[in-house]
Amino acid sequence: MNKEEIISELKTIIQPYSEEALALESIDENTDFIKDLKVNSANLVDIVLDIEERFKIEIDNDSMAKMLNIKSTVEIIENKLQVNGG
Amino acid sequence: MNNQRVVITGLGICAPNGTTIPEFTEAIKNGTSGIAHQADLEALGFSCQIAGKPKLSDDRIEQYFSPLELRSLNSTGIIYGVIAGLDAWKDAGLERANDDMPDWDSGTFFGTGTSGIDKFRWAINKIDDMEIRKLGSTVVVQTMASGVSALISGKLGLGNQVSTNSSACATGVESLLLAYERIKSGKAKHMLAGSTSDSGPYIWGGFDAMKVCTFKHNHEPEKGSRPLSLTASGFVPGSGAGALVLESLESAQARKAKIYAEVLGGEVNSGGQRGLGTMTAPNPLAVQRCIKKAIENAGITASEIEVVNGHLTATTKDALEIENWKIALGSTADNFPYINTLKGMIGHCISAAGSIECVASVLQLAKGFIFPNVNCEDLNPDVTTLINENRIPQMLVNKQFNILAKASFGFGDVNACIILKKYNNE
Repeated sequence: MNKEEIISELKTIIQPYSEEALALESIDENTDFIKDLKVNSANLVDIVLDIEERFKIEIDNDSMAKMLNIKSTVEIIENKLQVNGG
Repeated sequence: MNNQRVVITGLGICAPNGTTIPEFTEAIKNGTSGIAHQADLEALGFSCQIAGKPKLSDDRIEQYFSPLELRSLNSTGIIYGVIAGLDAWKDAGLERANDDMPDWDSGTFFGTGTSGIDKFRWAINKIDDMEIRKLGSTVVVQTMASGVSALISGKLGLGNQVSTNSSACATGVESLLLAYERIKSGKAKHMLAGSTSDSGPYIWGGFDAMKVCTFKHNHEPEKGSRPLSLTASGFVPGSGAGALVLESLESAQARKAKIYAEVLGGEVNSGGQRGLGTMTAPNPLAVQRCIKKAIENAGITASEIEVVNGHLTATTKDALEIENWKIALGSTADNFPYINTLKGMIGHCISAAGSIECVASVLQLAKGFIFPNVNCEDLNPDVTTLINENRIPQMLVNKQFNILAKASFGFGDVNACIILKKYNNE
């Protein structure tokens, strides 16, 4: 799965948590969950759970703490997918 | 500013026999039952397999919750409370606060016994299965007792006191009195007063095990809840929520709101589990004192009370309750007020009972009727030796009247009584 595909999946996952339709539409690597998408910080853990389920990966606490924007989230997902694949 | 008159300007309901005010009004006038057989209770081997649950469609629920909230919502009490609460607010003609500023003059006391018991069960199972990290963010807000008041507050933008009270089956009348005091003292202009109770085996199981619920009517659910009857054999569990908007008379008049009734006053107390009082049985002296003090605080005399809406659950304590009312009111068998109970139709809605029954009480005052007692065609002689049979209407009575007393009593030997008056536009 390449970066664009991961971002497109993330868009679907985050959609229910964000009321910022425009920011969600133009989502890219620099998009911040809280600043741009106005996701309630309490929901970040729910997004991580949804990501785990969708990509069939497990995200540890340290990685979770870094998942505040699309860029770091994509990196973590790519990394976990590679580990799984290897 | 510390002696405001307090009126009721909004009503909301989520009862087993009606989930809108018009539907509920018709149901209580007609004696419509909300009790049904519950397949899950039968499957789990409950002694009592009948219960009262509000009937809500998915479409209805979706009007009150966002898709995200609904995804993980597993708390019937919160669903009932939010629906009744928001409906009452709307009925009062009040708006939700704008997005930037809370409404400092408005708050809520929305009581409950437990919150989100199904959510709790789900979370406990996850934890025991070593899956704590899968709980997500929604367990705390649905299982904290104040979950219902917190959720309502967020939806309306309430900026005054937001709290959840809990006093077993007296919870709903207590929340009304707490709201009344806050407005009377000038600390708030509008208070949403209500209470809610979850549905299902995990809330009702404890009562079933205590053998306080009837097991004799599983084949005839609508006949099962029999307050005041010779064949009363325990209560039928119920669930739901009721909500009332209380407001200073000054505020209601200023915005030309419709006024259902005035709250004259009330009292809450406890029997201290002394004398005849125990964790589960009421101390009669405390019950009588609560009623007398409520009358005194309301500034009326006992003889002015025309209708009593009782607690009357269909246990062996019904006759004792009648005796307590009779002593507290100083009345005879003949001049005892009309008395009725909603529990024959909807069962005992535990922590929601007081609020649902207060909504029914206000409707009777405002619209001039006394709803019928059902399932007591065989009145208990222990009751009829105390008061005349004609004090216990079994048919709808259309009658304008002025003053109603409502009381609820709860485990822990706690009592709450409120005096309501019809509001005649002055």
